[in-house]
Amino acid sequence: MNKNNNYQWIGKSWTKVDGLAKAKGETVYADDLFLPRMLYAKMLRSPHPHARIKSIDISKALKRSGVVAAMTGKDLPIPFGILPVSQDEETLCVDKVRMIGDPVAAVAAIDEETAEAALEDIVVEYEILPSILTIEDGLKPLSERPVREESGLPAPDVPAAEAQIHEYADSGNIHKQVALEFGDTETGFAEADHIREELFYYEGNTHLPMEEHSAVAQHGADGRVTLWSSTQTPHYVHRALAKVLEMPASQIRVIATPVGGGFGGKTDPFQHEMVVCKLAMMTGRPVKLTLTREEVFYTHRGRHPVLMFVKAGMKSDGSITALHFRNFLDGGAYGSYGVASTFYTGALQTVTYPIANYKFEAMRVFTNKAPCGPKRGHGTPQPRFALEVLLDKFAEDLNLDPAELRLRHLMPDNSKTINHLTVTTNGLGECIRKVTESSGFQKRRTESTLGKGIGLGCGSYLSGAGLPIYWNKMPHSGVQIKIDRGGGVTIFCGSTDIGQGSNSVLAGIVAEELGIGIEQVIVVTADTDLTPVDLGSYSSRVTLMIGNATLAAVRPLREQILSATAEVLKIPAEKLTLRRGQVVSKNGSVEPVSFVDAVQWAETKFGTLGSVGSYTPPRRGGKFKGAGVGPSPNYSYSACVAEVTCDPESGLYSVDKLWLAHDIGQAINEKLVIGQVEGGAYMGLSEATMEAQVYRAGKDNPAGLHKTPSMLDYKSLTALDMPEVETILIETHDPEGPYGAKEAGQGPLLPIMPAIANAINNAVGVRVDEVPITPEKIFQGLQNLKKGKSGRIGPKKFPKITFPEALKVEPPEDNSVL
Amino acid sequence: MLRLPPFEYHAPKSIAEAVALKAEYGELAMYVAGGTDLFPNMKRQQFTPQNLIGLRKIPELFQLVFDQDGTGLTLGAGVSLNEVAEHPDILKNYPALAKAASLVSAPQLRNMGTIGGNLCLDTRCTYYNQSYQWRKALGFCLKKSGDTCWVARSSPKCLAVSSSDCAPVMVALEAEFCLASPAGEAVKTRIVPASEFYKNDGANFLNKTADELLVSIRLPTYYSGKSGIGWKMNYRKLSRRNAIDFPLLGVATAFRQKDNGDCAEARIVLGAVGSSPLRADEAEKILQDGSLTLERIEDAVQAAAKLAKPLDNTDMTLSYRKKMASRFITEAFNEVLKV
Ligand SMILES: Cc1cc2nc3c(=O)[nH]c(=O)nc-3n(C[C@H](O)[C@H](O)[C@H](O)COP(=O)(O)OP(=O)(O)OC[C@H]3O[C@@H](n4cnc5c(N)ncnc54)[C@H](O)[C@@H]3O)c2cc1C
Ligand code: SF4
Repeated sequence: MNKNNNYQWIGKSWTKVDGLAKAKGETVYADDLFLPRMLYAKMLRSPHPHARIKSIDISKALKRSGVVAAMTGKDLPIPFGILPVSQDEETLCVDKVRMIGDPVAAVAAIDEETAEAALEDIVVEYEILPSILTIEDGLKPLSERPVREESGLPAPDVPAAEAQIHEYADSGNIHKQVALEFGDTETGFAEADHIREELFYYEGNTHLPMEEHSAVAQHGADGRVTLWSSTQTPHYVHRALAKVLEMPASQIRVIATPVGGGFGGKTDPFQHEMVVCKLAMMTGRPVKLTLTREEVFYTHRGRHPVLMFVKAGMKSDGSITALHFRNFLDGGAYGSYGVASTFYTGALQTVTYPIANYKFEAMRVFTNKAPCGPKRGHGTPQPRFALEVLLDKFAEDLNLDPAELRLRHLMPDNSKTINHLTVTTNGLGECIRKVTESSGFQKRRTESTLGKGIGLGCGSYLSGAGLPIYWNKMPHSGVQIKIDRGGGVTIFCGSTDIGQGSNSVLAGIVAEELGIGIEQVIVVTADTDLTPVDLGSYSSRVTLMIGNATLAAVRPLREQILSATAEVLKIPAEKLTLRRGQVVSKNGSVEPVSFVDAVQWAETKFGTLGSVGSYTPPRRGGKFKGAGVGPSPNYSYSACVAEVTCDPESGLYSVDKLWLAHDIGQAINEKLVIGQVEGGAYMGLSEATMEAQVYRAGKDNPAGLHKTPSMLDYKSLTALDMPEVETILIETHDPEGPYGAKEAGQGPLLPIMPAIANAINNAVGVRVDEVPITPEKIFQGLQNLKKGKSGRIGPKKFPKITFPEALKVEPPEDNSVL
Repeated sequence: MLRLPPFEYHAPKSIAEAVALKAEYGELAMYVAGGTDLFPNMKRQQFTPQNLIGLRKIPELFQLVFDQDGTGLTLGAGVSLNEVAEHPDILKNYPALAKAASLVSAPQLRNMGTIGGNLCLDTRCTYYNQSYQWRKALGFCLKKSGDTCWVARSSPKCLAVSSSDCAPVMVALEAEFCLASPAGEAVKTRIVPASEFYKNDGANFLNKTADELLVSIRLPTYYSGKSGIGWKMNYRKLSRRNAIDFPLLGVATAFRQKDNGDCAEARIVLGAVGSSPLRADEAEKILQDGSLTLERIEDAVQAAAKLAKPLDNTDMTLSYRKKMASRFITEAFNEVLKV
């Protein structure tokens, strides 16, 4: 697709449609809702990582003055979960708790203080079960578990099976196992000139949105339930509510309130959403529940900790003959998106550089900790970190510039990867060239100033999953548009603006197509009563999918307006176009007419003006089991150069600057894209340098307690730690995206972590094969170097475990160029 | 959000009124200045006072007077950390104090937080600075409502960490604290040297009764007057981030060199590696009145760093914090000697 510089809005920077309201504090978030007679709910949570519930007595709480209702899991026992294969969550735990923080009872009272006080009135009897807190322990067959509690206390006398967290696991506490082989890796390794085997570890971390989850429910006199919730996926919440409440979906309305940051943490249906609905039904009064920050840490669904074994074979020219990843994911207590996350730790390694033969094995284990799920980059940052650090090591082996090594071997446009993914356009080469030029990478890399370092990392991400979460062939995104006689255009779409600016994308595309001002477009989103289904704000799907759906809806309306105007003006419709609030003739032969007049002529001619449009991604990808994860209409690409200063005595370091280029296909709103890229850089840097969602475990510790469930103690980057970011947008004009667009929400985060690791190595010669890359670890590496030992810091052991035989998948027939 | 437990707020207008209120309500009352330490702790139910005696309306607590030739600096306990960080007299004459104050948390918090509150800051521990429900799941601990210290199970006393940035500087600069307490209808005052104000016991870390109010801090002059010229002072802080982080190690230093370059006086105080600021007397003695040879410096660093006994109850590993203690002290010498 060619670059079109004639756009009125596309590619320009305009103010977000909801920007001023947010800046002025007018935006009504879920917790800002106050309904008449509203009650406040609180949940009592388990103090044990794994225990059977013997009894729960809520009678005393019910007697407390100000308490209106209380409930337990028995009041709403139907399990739910985001994936059809992992329906393993309960509104409130019925038979057992699986983590500290699992809710067991809920109270609704006239205010939060009373509800909180009433939690103390609830008596729960538990029978402690053995807890699983590490990947190693989760991998062990149940019969081999050490008969000892992690707390150091004597183990209760329980059969081995009691250590199983979920009975539906593939085996023991192994939730899911995957083994796939594309091509023949053995042959591939035989062809290699260099082989490396490495272990990497990526610590878990969480989303840390500014807004804590909040939900309000009302049970109307008409019998319908309305839920307002800070969710990224109102449609999936709608489905889950219908199931759990045992009500027809038509009797339930879900409204996603403006979301104060999600990053994947508000993509599941949640317990507090079910609780407020049930309590509203029990009391006949609206009920609100807003989580505390600590509860958000328990709700989690963040980045999986992943332990990785990687073996790669390379020819002397730098081409990859074989790649083998073996990943262990620490899933936490529930399934969530975990099955998809597991596949994602293997799916997107292939879309950047051609890989001739590829084997991917993974296991996700259940542990008695907060459930992991999708966080910005979903399953991709961990293996991407490993791969990009590995390439840096190979570059050293081959004495090649790391940028040159990558540039020599890029997936070509219109090609298929070994695991059957279709690459339409690949802007990675341009990204690498731009960031290395701007940063002076080649020169600075070879300057040997101890303590100054520069590193490169790359990445790629999908612009929306090719398949929905539950099996169906309906569209992924739907849009409805109506035009008022006054010229106002209203667009209805199920999409959810989580701060990323999707409402502005809708407005921008409509305004572009109809040649009107952004302020003329009224955006109504994320309300299951009013808006057609959009699957939600996850997997970087929104701009591409709602954009295409919007184009499908708006273009027929545009035709109607032009044709009616042509009839009145008596000139051919092809001679007319819509520009700046007017219908104008392309050659200036007739006087422009106003958009309002044109709209009225169109309504006269065609009747009420309205249209619908939808988008379904192309059916792509292989036919093998597991082929559903990875395909996407197109892939974004990013490259980052990071510059660091590291004190060779203490390991303390600062990141001085990031150069970050992103292949956006085509920016819809340039300022918004830069915002997303910078946001990704911030989040990636925070993960790279400090974030860790970790728990107390081991013999001297009380088991399973979250170590730092507060914003003070859970370390994430502050404004004062954030370096300058030079953002460079690369436009490849992809045929699949609206106007050629690709995603921007997740991809730009991916190259940051390896860029930092590579820069640290460049600065002080210490390889940290782990995220986060902390001064403590670098210091340890420096000490080792001083003693003449290897400066590498990272995992040393890898669990020995037999994987099922890999499913052999033939390479695509046409795997070079389509 | 966690809710603040209910309380009654009193706003006395004088020290006499404040201490009288304390006498009246006894254990049910606490003083509150900026509230930046106390309110978060109340939300987590470490403290549940039913009466708070606010200190913001007491003019005497806001004095800031510098008398170059006489008493030195008199600093009211209610002065905000931002003012301590930015006041020209403090910047010029007590740069280490200004720096320590400037490194506390973030600007908003330094506007609310006071120097008095900072010096009376509750000790911290990752097993203690947690919500009520979290601590209940833990089974509580020695410092509050429990009988085990989770950091060192055999320890009979709490090992929570003295986490004030300004306290080690006050000890190094030999400040004196002026305390007021009720005595019948009258007000009783006493002066305590900073080094004696702190006790190395995490649960009982201040040499001060609950009814004593910190009124002001007095600092001797350093650049001129009786101590002579040539003082160099600094404060170094180890933290993971550049803002909103308590110290994981603080090193306050003050040196005075003779004209020939010898050390006349040396003060080294470590913060955040014990339940009180730790003054390195032995190291100071090694340096006192002697030439600053590399050997002696090395001995002094060793002696001072030995005092650091970090435990696994803050961010960063304890071995790293220990290693950084000698590193930071060495840096302080390097700065003085410009080597
Ligand atoms: C996110 C966060 C980060 C922080 N980071 C740091 C940091 O990096 N370094 C640091 O040193 N501190 C830090 N603090 C702690 C604290 O905010 C500051 O130390 C501040 O100076 C405390 O002052 P305040 O006036 O707010 O104290 P308050 O909260 O009002 O009081 C603290 C305690 O002192 C008592 N008290 C206060 N004034 C007096 C008085 N005049 N006489 C007797 N008793 C008194 C109170 O009763 C209370 O027990 C941080 C706090 C938070 C919440
Ligand atoms: S040091 Fe021990 S007793 Fe003190 S707060 Fe921490 S765990 Fe509790």
